[in-house]
Amino acid sequence: MLRIIKREDVSKRQSILIRFIAILLSLVFSGVFIFILGFNPIEVFGNMVIGALGTEMRIKETIIKAIPLIITSLGILVAFKMKFWNIGGEGQIIMGAFAATYIALNYSDNFSRPVVLILMMLAAMITGGIWAFIPAFFKVKFGTNETIFTLMMNYIALKWVTYLQYGPWKDPNSQGFPKVANFEVNAILPSVFGIHIGWIIAIVLTIIIAIFMNYTKKGYEITVVGESIDTAKYAGMNIKMIVITAMLISGGLCGLTGMIQASAIEKTLTVSLSGGYGFTAIITTWLSNLKAPFVLMTSLAFAVLLQGGSYIQIAMQVPSSVADMIQGMILFFVLGSEFFIRYTIGLKSKEVA
Amino acid sequence: MQQHAAIEMRHISKAFGAIKANENVDLEVRSGEVHALLGENGAGKSTLMNMLSGIYSPDSGSIFIKGTEVHFSSPKQPIKLGIGMIHQHFKLIDILTAKENIILGQGGGFFVKGKELSKEIKHISDTYGLDINPDKKVYEMSVGEKQTLEIIKVLYRGAKILIMDEPTAVLTPQEIKRLFGILRNMRDQGCAIIIITHKLNEVMEISDRITVLRKGKTIATVETAKTEVSDLIEMMVGKSVDLAIARENIAEKKMLLSVDNLHVFDSEKRHALNEVSFELYGGEILGVAGVAGSGQKELCETIAGLIHAEKGRIFFDGDNIVGKNPRDIIRLGIRMGFIPEDRLGMGLVASMDIVHNLILKDYQNQPGIFLKRKHIVEKAHKIVKRLDIQTPGIYSPVRKLSGGNIQKVLLGREIDSNPRVLITAYPVRGLDIGASYKIYELLNEQKRLGVGVLFIGEDLDVLLELCDRIMVLFDGNVTGIVEARSVTKEELGLMMAGGFQSREALSC
Repeated sequence: MLRIIKREDVSKRQSILIRFIAILLSLVFSGVFIFILGFNPIEVFGNMVIGALGTEMRIKETIIKAIPLIITSLGILVAFKMKFWNIGGEGQIIMGAFAATYIALNYSDNFSRPVVLILMMLAAMITGGIWAFIPAFFKVKFGTNETIFTLMMNYIALKWVTYLQYGPWKDPNSQGFPKVANFEVNAILPSVFGIHIGWIIAIVLTIIIAIFMNYTKKGYEITVVGESIDTAKYAGMNIKMIVITAMLISGGLCGLTGMIQASAIEKTLTVSLSGGYGFTAIITTWLSNLKAPFVLMTSLAFAVLLQGGSYIQIAMQVPSSVADMIQGMILFFVLGSEFFIRYTIGLKSKEVA
Repeated sequence: MQQHAAIEMRHISKAFGAIKANENVDLEVRSGEVHALLGENGAGKSTLMNMLSGIYSPDSGSIFIKGTEVHFSSPKQPIKLGIGMIHQHFKLIDILTAKENIILGQGGGFFVKGKELSKEIKHISDTYGLDINPDKKVYEMSVGEKQTLEIIKVLYRGAKILIMDEPTAVLTPQEIKRLFGILRNMRDQGCAIIIITHKLNEVMEISDRITVLRKGKTIATVETAKTEVSDLIEMMVGKSVDLAIARENIAEKKMLLSVDNLHVFDSEKRHALNEVSFELYGGEILGVAGVAGSGQKELCETIAGLIHAEKGRIFFDGDNIVGKNPRDIIRLGIRMGFIPEDRLGMGLVASMDIVHNLILKDYQNQPGIFLKRKHIVEKAHKIVKRLDIQTPGIYSPVRKLSGGNIQKVLLGREIDSNPRVLITAYPVRGLDIGASYKIYELLNEQKRLGVGVLFIGEDLDVLLELCDRIMVLFDGNVTGIVEARSVTKEELGLMMAGGFQSREALSC
């Protein structure tokens, strides 16, 4: 008979090894599925890597996919560190994009390009922050469940933008096609080394968040609140303020992602602009073990997966949902591996009936 | 024919991961005896009893009940064999009557046979000298009554072997006496009773034989009548321990804290503290006695600013601190070290290291937005050295330390801030004897430095030896403040049960 034994102490190397095995297993199982679908798994995986990193062009595409993942993950990280389960990244991204679009459509001609872009960023961060503030407020005031609340906020944001797209913000010059007008040059992020400037923003933010979480009083407070609310109270922390501040930062970062996607990628406002990054970021944040520098790595890895996934669709007619499935597999196995990091399974030394 | 022991456990071993909770343990309990299972925290008492009640199964070794070998794989089997366990925390349903609690989970017919049941309960009560009103609701009962009900419950299920885990922790001295009377009755009726405890005086009073466990191993089984308390301690700790607590008289006493007519409500708007008034002086240890849940927690938390006072004032150095939150209290430079009841849940962050736990009380007084760690690292080294904290290093998460060392980190942090008032709630809970005495010593040291110490305790013997004065709480009321040097345990017991202090004793 098998029995479960609690591990006393897990070394860093052991826990990394366990996570590595989990990712390996997820690839093996995905391979089996791909094989069942009638493809050669080795070839599919190989093509995914080629599709993501094969040419300079593809590498750029991969990085472009990594940027929103990194920034959103940083936002999610701040909330998760506090054990505030912000599942509302999608909505916060969309609301950020909405606010940025409002500036872009109305004030593009009034200011110079840097001013317009900075205004768009500020508007996006504030609006994303407000979208996260609402559930945070209800949580500290009435103890509502933030998971459900943030999730539901996503749908409100989505439908709001759909309404704008089909209604008041429909471009009169689009010949009846329901789309928001394209941004003018003033409202589009410039490129550096052929990739829009978002990559610099992502790197700078990673450093800022790493410093914020590890070296500032606020970051320390957020961590303590996440570990034990009672202890935080006992130490004289103002918990409500900490929760709200952290969620403003979390939502603000997600909102910024929305601005970057609207400005640099879509160059307009669409409902599909969040592209599921708000959800994927939950996985990348979790895999990074809530450490900002690792967010860069996990986000890049997932960008490879996303980019490779869309490549195999074109190159091999493999449905891109295969890439989604691999993502799901990785999450499943990594979450499962947490169990093995905490426990080990042994054989019962003697049968006791 | 040879009489079989009620319980015989032979060569029992049980490991949790790398930790051997029980190693080759032997225990033999006869019918018609009260057998005390003695040992420090972590000695393996609970593990052993959990195997007897079917919660764990041993890795190796055998269990015999009345001479027959048994293998328990569920908690139901031992009940069938007449083993009943009474846990420290009662498992009763408040809104039901005694009778309803007794038949709960018993299956049987759809309808409750009220009269028959009452008769049976009466029969059990008469046999063992128990006294209970079968139609009284649990929430109306005192702690002692609830315990009696728990005993009847297991007897009703046919138990002849009774295991009691720390049965006296929540009782007043009078209730303890009553309980011991019941236990003696049951023993005389042929029951086997195991009591788990670490209160030595009680062990000497009630038990016939004692089995001492240390670090998972059986040290010895001895006959109580032929044993001295000092021998038991030596067996428990592994070396002889000086059990005298020093108590010095500090001549100069200055009033530090004055609590005036304090009222605090609990979440259901009932009085958790009612008309509480007392003074705390520098250079004294003021003990707080009372059965668990008499308002000790609320008292500590109100003074520390964690909960809201409905009415009343608390003066610290002439300033009223009621209405200030803990942050204000820290910011005002009022140094009130507060060691909460629940060390890891409140007071320390389990996953953080010693350095980051020390920052907890320090960072709000730091200027700027960044955390300054350098001086804290030095402080951490100093505290580890001064209090002799056993840790792999100052960057090791406190959750990995033992209970005593965790308590030392907490106490070390509070003492290091040079407090003028130190509030400690159950500072030795869960600690072994050696560690407990180290803590008493630290508190005495603070007293010598002129600190006013408020000590919430549970062991009356310790309160009587350590404190200068003892305040007794009952149901949120102060039932007396007495000189620890002259009061007796019985007098304290009466006050703990709600009897107000007599006139003559009030003079101090």
